[in-house]
Amino acid sequence: MTGIPLYLTIILSPLIASTIVGLFNFAIGKFLSRAITILGVLVSACLSYVVLYQALTTGVHYDGPLYTWLTVGAQSFSVGILVDSLTAMMLTVVTTVSLMVHIYTIGYMADEEEYNANKFFSYISLFTFMMIMLVMSNNFIQLFFGWEGVGLVSYLLIGFYFKRESAIFANLKAFLINRIGDLGFLLGIGLVYYYFGSFNYSDVFARLNEVTGMHFLNTTWSAITVICLLLFVGAMGKSAQFPLHVWLPDSMEGPTPISALIHAATMVTAGIFMVARLSPLYNLSPTALSFIAIVGAINALFLGLLGIIQNDIKRVIAYSTLSQLGYMAVALGCGAYTVGVFHLMTHAFFKALLFLAAGSVIVAMHHEQDMRKMGGLWKYMPITYAVMLVGNLALAGIPPFAGFFSKDLILEAATNYHEHGMFGGAFVEFSVYAAVFVTACYSFRQLFMTFHGEERFRHVADDEHHHDDHGHHGPVEPKESPFVITFPLVFLAIPAAVIGWVAFSHFAPEGFLSDAVFDASYYVKFFEEDGVTPISMLMHAFTTLPVYIALSGILAAYVAHKSPAFVKGLQTIFKPIIYVMDNKYFMDNLYINIFAPIGRGLGKVFWSIGDVLVIDGLVVNGSARVVNFFAKIFRKMQTGYVNSSATYMVLGVILLLTFFTGLILR
Amino acid sequence: MIGMTHFLVLSAVLFALSVMGIFLNRKNIIVVLMSIELMLLAVNFNFVTFSTFLHNVAGQIFVFFTLTVAAAEAAIGLAILIILFRNLKSINVQDMNKLKG
Repeated sequence: MTGIPLYLTIILSPLIASTIVGLFNFAIGKFLSRAITILGVLVSACLSYVVLYQALTTGVHYDGPLYTWLTVGAQSFSVGILVDSLTAMMLTVVTTVSLMVHIYTIGYMADEEEYNANKFFSYISLFTFMMIMLVMSNNFIQLFFGWEGVGLVSYLLIGFYFKRESAIFANLKAFLINRIGDLGFLLGIGLVYYYFGSFNYSDVFARLNEVTGMHFLNTTWSAITVICLLLFVGAMGKSAQFPLHVWLPDSMEGPTPISALIHAATMVTAGIFMVARLSPLYNLSPTALSFIAIVGAINALFLGLLGIIQNDIKRVIAYSTLSQLGYMAVALGCGAYTVGVFHLMTHAFFKALLFLAAGSVIVAMHHEQDMRKMGGLWKYMPITYAVMLVGNLALAGIPPFAGFFSKDLILEAATNYHEHGMFGGAFVEFSVYAAVFVTACYSFRQLFMTFHGEERFRHVADDEHHHDDHGHHGPVEPKESPFVITFPLVFLAIPAAVIGWVAFSHFAPEGFLSDAVFDASYYVKFFEEDGVTPISMLMHAFTTLPVYIALSGILAAYVAHKSPAFVKGLQTIFKPIIYVMDNKYFMDNLYINIFAPIGRGLGKVFWSIGDVLVIDGLVVNGSARVVNFFAKIFRKMQTGYVNSSATYMVLGVILLLTFFTGLILR
Repeated sequence: MIGMTHFLVLSAVLFALSVMGIFLNRKNIIVVLMSIELMLLAVNFNFVTFSTFLHNVAGQIFVFFTLTVAAAEAAIGLAILIILFRNLKSINVQDMNKLKG
């Protein structure tokens, strides 16, 4: 199978599965709902590998419309498919992680009775479809469709436990914050159409030269910079970049499988994917690139720091996701799009792995997420422990695990960015290096707290009747999760360990992605002069700084784990800083106490003036009042006497005669 | 010299009087019927005037038609009036406001 049938099958099989399960979710049983959705995604996944194989061997480039969606004047908008190396890679990542999450969910939702798990399967299949639409689109409109689609499913799934107040708050928050980003994104798409006259990527890229010199309206700003910045605002919302990041930690209210699939591996990387896809456009705007790099650096360091003080096992990983998304943004901002995409891929595997492993722990602890109530789990859950270790090593960037290669390339790109004298270079370089320490520190703190040390869950269960979904009482006896949970973990642990050096050469500027992603010229030059290979990177790993930074981070986490007094001391010294960090830099307060009241106030003004006064008062009730006024007058004419009716009739005849004789005589 | 205009004005005055009879009358419904007859007569007057002055006999023939119809109409009108009186015990125009919604 090749060409359109192949691509259509990849796109449609999750959609069909999702539709069947979604429409009949009460009618079909547990088994069928799982079987249908997994089959749908399995088909997509297998065929994605076919596409990847074709892309790797012969190379694929398909860019064509499927059908015309609508025609306005001379302009027609088509639904189209673009398949190239970038698409092939994204497809593989999305469908693989999605398939693993589907399988994992069987175990995670095995004894879910309060909520309808069939619906959950329908949603994640729908998500897979939307994500595939997003990565396969060949125009901005379809990109936006997928973009909103994944946002919708994210909203539905964060609020999956809809009886919890906090889940409803979190999904509304995610939805609203994403709307801010989407506003920018839509404006960007509008400007793209205004300047390029087309929504298709290929048309836009073909007309880059014509637009390069243009200014935005009557200002002195470059049109391309404005477009790039607006589009990146969309990416900031979706990829949770500062200051639109506040929804991601709260999204952990959703079930763990979706945290892995949507809020770590795929959806949040859509923004990174979009910028990489539009690399020819972004290359023309150093301003936009600097902006991206600085925002990414803020994410990487400052939001990573928050991960150190979290006690919820999922929130630690959520903050690490923010930090890693920051890394990807830094790579994009440094013009090293391929590296950003490389980190996107390695991160998708090891972060999905970490989330799923955390989910495995949560299941074993009977839905307890507080790490202070865990500890010493390694001997009860050896498989989960092993994969968690792999995931954390990859996250911390210890060679030869996947994260090491992608992160090291980002560090080099940041150094190059600084040396190149780009705006904010020193800050960006410092941030990404410091973030290596932070990353290692929080990831191993989480590992130590969860799997090592005292078995704190034993005390907790005795003296506190904590939230317990499944009616178990007494101390929790943790045990290894069933096969459906451990299989995806082990399956994902393999790429998390090896994908770095396996795929390394494909992510060089002139490598596999060179037909789709175009790195900035200074990065390409730097990369060629540097001439790194996986082997040379491994050889030099222990002579360069990053690995030692990471190791010192692990050491710090170990010291903190072994000596609580040390932590206490630090807490007293850095009390104000800890206070600020406990409040997440007051970003939530900023939104809740400042922006939300402003929004509500504006809404109130529009409601009371625009709606109540003008629309309801003036237009709707006003027209009724006018009719009422005249009716009151004309009512007097209706006496019911025959002679008054005759009078009106005669008067009418006279009027008509006057009018028509006047007309005839003229 | 009395010309066509004088006749036409007389006819118009008669017509206007009868219309006013219908408009302003608030008392007796028989007056309404009489006004209608007067209206027809005014029209007949017009016919005759034109017939005489234009030397066309067709107008006078039409007058006979009109008179016939008027007679029939008066008969039916009076019959309806009698039925009305039986039911309402009144021929007062003021009482006949059943059409009022």
